[in-house]
Amino acid sequence: MLWFSLLVLIPLVAVIITASSGGWSAFADQLTNEQTASAILLTIRAAIVVTLINVVIGTVIAWVLVRDKFWGKGLLEVIIDIPFALPTIVAGLVLLSLYGAESPLGLHWANTSTSVYLALAFVTLPFVVRMVQPVLEELDADVEEAAASLGASRFTTFWRIILPSLTPAIAAGAALSFARGMGEYGSLVLLSGNLPFKSEVASVRILSAIENDNPEGAAAIAAMLLAVSLAVIVVLDLVQRRMVRRG
Amino acid sequence: MAETRRAPRTPLTYVLRVIVIGYLGLLVAWPVVLVAWNAFHVPDVGFTTEAFTEIFNDPQMMHAIQLTCVAAVVATLINLLFGVTISLLLVRTEFPGKRLLSAMIDLPLSVSPIVVGLALVLVYGGRDGWFGPTLESAGIQIIFSTPGIIMATAFVSLPLVIREVIPVLEEIGTEQEQAAASLGAGSWQIFWRITLPGIKWAVIYGVVLTLARSLGEFGAVKVVSGNVLGQTRTATLAVEEKYLNFDQQGAYAVAFLLASVSVICILIVFVLRARGARVR
Repeated sequence: MLWFSLLVLIPLVAVIITASSGGWSAFADQLTNEQTASAILLTIRAAIVVTLINVVIGTVIAWVLVRDKFWGKGLLEVIIDIPFALPTIVAGLVLLSLYGAESPLGLHWANTSTSVYLALAFVTLPFVVRMVQPVLEELDADVEEAAASLGASRFTTFWRIILPSLTPAIAAGAALSFARGMGEYGSLVLLSGNLPFKSEVASVRILSAIENDNPEGAAAIAAMLLAVSLAVIVVLDLVQRRMVRRG
Repeated sequence: MAETRRAPRTPLTYVLRVIVIGYLGLLVAWPVVLVAWNAFHVPDVGFTTEAFTEIFNDPQMMHAIQLTCVAAVVATLINLLFGVTISLLLVRTEFPGKRLLSAMIDLPLSVSPIVVGLALVLVYGGRDGWFGPTLESAGIQIIFSTPGIIMATAFVSLPLVIREVIPVLEEIGTEQEQAAASLGAGSWQIFWRITLPGIKWAVIYGVVLTLARSLGEFGAVKVVSGNVLGQTRTATLAVEEKYLNFDQQGAYAVAFLLASVSVICILIVFVLRARGARVR
C-alpha cells in the first residue's frame, strides 16, 4: 500500500497540484498556447480516428480469429500481440522501415501528420481484438441458430443478436485504445519528426516543456491527459461491472 | 461443439479473411520483417553481422544493455512481490476503498509514459521535487540515476501481474485453503503449499509480460534518466540516439535484439496458454 502510494498516487497528485499552482487562468493559458493547442487537437483527432478504425477492424479481426479456421491462424494470433510487446521506440523504427524515406512501397509518410495516425493504429491494434475475442468465444451459438431458424438474415442476426452482446467489450477496448492513443510517445519520436503545428502530439509538448524548465506547462498538459486516463478507468470499471452482472 | 459454431463459408468469410490478413500484414508483419532484414542487410555489401559485432564490442552499448536488463529484472521482481500481495488483498479481504484501489491499479496502463516520468520527477527530482532534496541530502539520488529508471519501469508494468493473478484467485476459491487451515496449517504454509501452486501459471504469464514491457520502456525512462552516456542510457534510448546520429545499421541491430526478446516473450506466453487450454 505504501509502495503503491509512493510510486503511483503521490507522483500523480504532484502533477495535478503543480498544474493548478498558478490558478485556473495560468492552467488555461498553458493549454491555449497556440502550439500546444494545435498539438492537443491533433492528438485528440488522431486518437478518435484510430479508435474508430480499431472498433471496426478490431471486431472484424476478433470475428475471423474466433469463427474462421484456416492455415496460419496461429501466426495471426502472435502478430496481434506484437504491438503490445514491442518496445515503442522499436515500433517507430519498424513503421519507418516500411513507410519512411526508403519505403519499398513508395509511401513517404514520415514527418507528416499521417504518420501519427499510422503509429497510433499500430500501438493500439490489440486492445479491441483482445477484449472482444473472449466474449465472442463464450457467445452461445444457440441464440444465433434460433434467430436464423426464425428467418433472420445473417446481417440481421449479427446486428440484432451478436453486436449487442459484444458492445460492452468493444466499448472497453475502445476506451483503452483511446487512452493509449492520447498518451503515445515512443513510437512517434522517430516517425513523426515532431514538427510543430503539423505532427507534434501532446506528449512531445510535455517533454519539451520539461526540457525548457517549464514544469507548470508540462504539468498542465499532463493533468489534461491524466483526466482522460481517469475517465477511461471509470468507463472500464462501469463496463466491467455490467459484464459481470450479465454473466 | 467448436465445430458446430462455425458459420457456413460464404464469399463474405473470404473477404473478411483477406481484409484481416492484409491489414495485419501491412501494419505489423511486413514492417517487423523489414527491420530484421535491415539489421543484417547492408545495401551494396550484402548480409553481414558487423553491426552486431560492433554493439558487442562497444563498452557503452554493453553498459546500456546491462542497465536495461538490471532495471527490468529488479522492476519485475518488485512487481511480482507487490502484485501477488495486492491480488491476495483485493480478492481475499474486504476493506473500505477496495473498489477505488482496484480501479486505480489499472491506471498505469492508460497513463502516458511521459506523464509517468513527469510525475516521478516532480516528486523525486533532486532540485525542487517534493521528497528529492531530502533524499539527496541523505545521499540517495533517484532521478537521473538507476533507482529512477527502476521506479519508472515498475510504474508502467505494475498492473500486468495483478491482472493475470486476480481472475485465477477468484476462480480457485478458498475451499482448499480453509481445509488446510482446519487441518492446522499456518498461513505461510497455506500460501506456500496451496495458494501459490494454484496461481503458478498466472504468475508466470504475468512475469513474462512484465519483463517484456520493462525491457522496452522508453518514454518514462527518457524523462527520468537524463540519458547520460555510459551511466543512465538504456537500450531503448540508444536506439533513438543511434538513429538520430545516422547510425541506422546500429539502430536496426539494437532494435532487432529488443524485438527478438519481446517476440520470444509473446511466444512463451502463447505456448503456455495453448498448453493450459489443453490441460483444462
